[in-house]
Amino acid sequence: MTVTLNPLYRFDTLVVGAANRLAVTAAKAVAEAPGTVYNPLFIYARPGLGKTHLLMAIGHAARAINPRLTVEYLTLDEFVEAFHAAIAAGHGEAYRKRFHDVDLLLVDDVQFLTHRREMQAELLRLTDALQAANRQIVLTSDRPPAEIEALDDRLIRRFAGGLIIDVSAPDYETRVAILRRKAEERRAAFGDGVLEAVATLGIDNVRELLGALNRLIAFQAVSEKPLRPDEARLLVGGGAERGEAINGRHVVEGAHSPPAPPVTAAPALAPPPAAPGFSEFDDFLSEIAATVAHQVDAWRGKVGAAILRWQGEGFRTTQLEALLAQEMVADPARALRDFEEDVERLQGMQTEAAALAPALAGSAVFRDPADLGAAREVLRQAREEGPPPPAPSPLWRLDALVETAANRVVVEAVRAVAAEPGQGYNPLVLVGAGSFGKTHMLHALGIALAERGGPVACLSAPEFTGELIEAIDRDAVAAWRGRYRRATAFLLDDVHLIADKDRTQEELFVLFNVLIGAGRQLVFTSAVPLAQLAGVEARLRSRLEGGLVVELPAPDAAVRERVLALELATRLGTADAELTGYLASRPADSIRAAQALLQRVLEAASAKGITPNAAFARALLEEPPTDASAPRRAPGSRSSGIVAAGAAASRSREKMVWEWPETGERLIEEWR
Amino acid sequence: MSLVNFTAREITCKLVYYGPGRSGKTTNLQYVHGRVPESRRGRMVSLATQTDRTLFFDFLPLELGTISGFTTKFQLYTVPGQSYYNATRKLVLQGSDGVVFVGDSQARRFDDNLQSLQNLQDNLLAQGVDIRQLPVVFQYNKQDLPSDLILSHEEMDDALNFRAVPSFGADALHGHGVFETLRGISELVLKRLAVGASVA
Repeated sequence: MTVTLNPLYRFDTLVVGAANRLAVTAAKAVAEAPGTVYNPLFIYARPGLGKTHLLMAIGHAARAINPRLTVEYLTLDEFVEAFHAAIAAGHGEAYRKRFHDVDLLLVDDVQFLTHRREMQAELLRLTDALQAANRQIVLTSDRPPAEIEALDDRLIRRFAGGLIIDVSAPDYETRVAILRRKAEERRAAFGDGVLEAVATLGIDNVRELLGALNRLIAFQAVSEKPLRPDEARLLVGGGAERGEAINGRHVVEGAHSPPAPPVTAAPALAPPPAAPGFSEFDDFLSEIAATVAHQVDAWRGKVGAAILRWQGEGFRTTQLEALLAQEMVADPARALRDFEEDVERLQGMQTEAAALAPALAGSAVFRDPADLGAAREVLRQAREEGPPPPAPSPLWRLDALVETAANRVVVEAVRAVAAEPGQGYNPLVLVGAGSFGKTHMLHALGIALAERGGPVACLSAPEFTGELIEAIDRDAVAAWRGRYRRATAFLLDDVHLIADKDRTQEELFVLFNVLIGAGRQLVFTSAVPLAQLAGVEARLRSRLEGGLVVELPAPDAAVRERVLALELATRLGTADAELTGYLASRPADSIRAAQALLQRVLEAASAKGITPNAAFARALLEEPPTDASAPRRAPGSRSSGIVAAGAAASRSREKMVWEWPETGERLIEEWR
Repeated sequence: MSLVNFTAREITCKLVYYGPGRSGKTTNLQYVHGRVPESRRGRMVSLATQTDRTLFFDFLPLELGTISGFTTKFQLYTVPGQSYYNATRKLVLQGSDGVVFVGDSQARRFDDNLQSLQNLQDNLLAQGVDIRQLPVVFQYNKQDLPSDLILSHEEMDDALNFRAVPSFGADALHGHGVFETLRGISELVLKRLAVGASVA
């Protein structure tokens, strides 16, 4: 059975004083990063000093930071009870699994482990499992582990491996602060000095202190006059004998010094005359402990934060995790710095590799600072291979090609190549005049080939020449060749433009042979029939002719209509068949010219705020252009008629006619 | 001396109480000694002359137990204040992690304070330690004496504490300011732990 966390037991309801400052600091560190700093965290204190409060506060704070965290709080008795019930029911494994999956396990009152060997073994197993999975375990007890009778040494060592910390009795100031805070919560007001008087009684158990406060509240409620400090002292009573004998308990555990004596023996330690002064040493010690803990363990916090940060950025942090697993690191700052430098190196390598080979972006090999060698090797290969060749434009798709009776042969050839690259028509050469759709088809085919995997090179002949020149300039021709030779398909637009470019032709010739030899697909387009190719070496031309040369017909009305319908549907949502039919029937020698007509109609319709139709298009395209069609200027918005062409235009006031004479409509009528 | 020994997991702080003769250095240590539970303190070694003046040095080891996995020990030393014991002062000063300069607030001891501070600086320098790099705090003792006999905390600060390090008024005989001073110097020294390897 798991007890729900008491909503009142939070860090902000905890009064922090010298006695518990260190424990609270450690508890907060654990709540902020469970499993990374002090694991396990073992808090011990006499009853009534706030162990359970701290434990639940850790649970609340951790959950506030990460609501998905599974937090389980239970007392040792409940832990034992659940174990016995599970064993009796034959569900031992289920019991274990239940606790192994908890992110933050809070176990109260573990002093009851005394003489429970089987539970100790179970807790040992659980602690190991949780630690191994970076899950946090926090335990509380009324005494340090070493003093829990018959506790397994291995458990003591496990606890010592985390942080063992104690909460000592609150000092006077803390007691006053606790009384004030609780009185405020209870909305009880007391006269000056009353709470202070109670605090001087030396009740060092917070529960008893609150009991005393309750007594004060109850008596003040029935008393006519406000309580006086001396009355309060009497009322709570007997406190004077308590003295300040709260010594011998410190925030630190002296592993090498004699163990802290049991609570009952504590007063015996105090040399009588110096007793009041002991709190001075206690305060001193707790502050020193806090400083040391802060300084010494600061690196754990930093490493923990670094782990979270770099894991968040997708890097493996095994090196840092290994640091945390060590009890002490000679130079944690340096280890952290080294790790971060390695991460920076990886980031640099990844950026470079991604530029060379986009497929390497986000590659896991650049995420493990423990294995820089692998990353370097991948980068070396990427450098050798250079950036990928230019890819086909994804704007064009094979399935968007318009097939008509006239271009069926071409479209079928293209589809056949896409289906079986390098097998049939190799090379495929598409011949056709400008704006017949060669480039469209080339890129669409390129995309289809790229989908089969591997780098596909798709570029125009001038680009090919330009890259070659640049490679020569950088003395990197070999790398440049490598890029294209690794391509699974090579598509060159406007091959006729390599005319008279000897070096380009030479490179293309070699590349052609290499790729053909490797069974890769080659596709070319040319605006000039191959037979008429001038300035191209015969050996290259003959190779181009060796595959399939198909001629793209001028786009007929049917193609134009399909293209226009597609475009209209894209832009307006619907395609008016009459409108596309009309536009396609207009004389246009290329797809682009037909598209320009459509553009004109759409802009005019948009200006008038209407949906274009065939009649509108006809009126627009067939009526002779008149000045009347120009938008008439609205009355009152007269200007000189000189339109400044931009910032560079003359804006001299002398050259501007600022006041136009009032001529009304007359001038325009005459002008017509 | 190493402040932190990562291998042995030990923190050892050597704190030296420095100052002119009869300024109250030994009184500081005696007060601390009286307030530390027996289990935490070692034997206070005090070599005094017949007239009760410190002849060699006082030494008070404090076991603070295991803090964050480190066995933490403080060693408090005093130096003999009298000017003719400079060799001893140098010896005690060696390897110190922090210095408490205990000044005598009496106006008539003004020059002694300055001389002793100068001597501290010289002795540190002779060991290659720049006083600006070493944690130092000032304690102005005997502030309980009649105000016409002593310099105030501010006046003492003006006279000695030109680097504005932490300073504490004290009445070591009754314990006022003793632990505050010890805490002050300890914090300064322990904060150097963060420097990490440089103190390892």
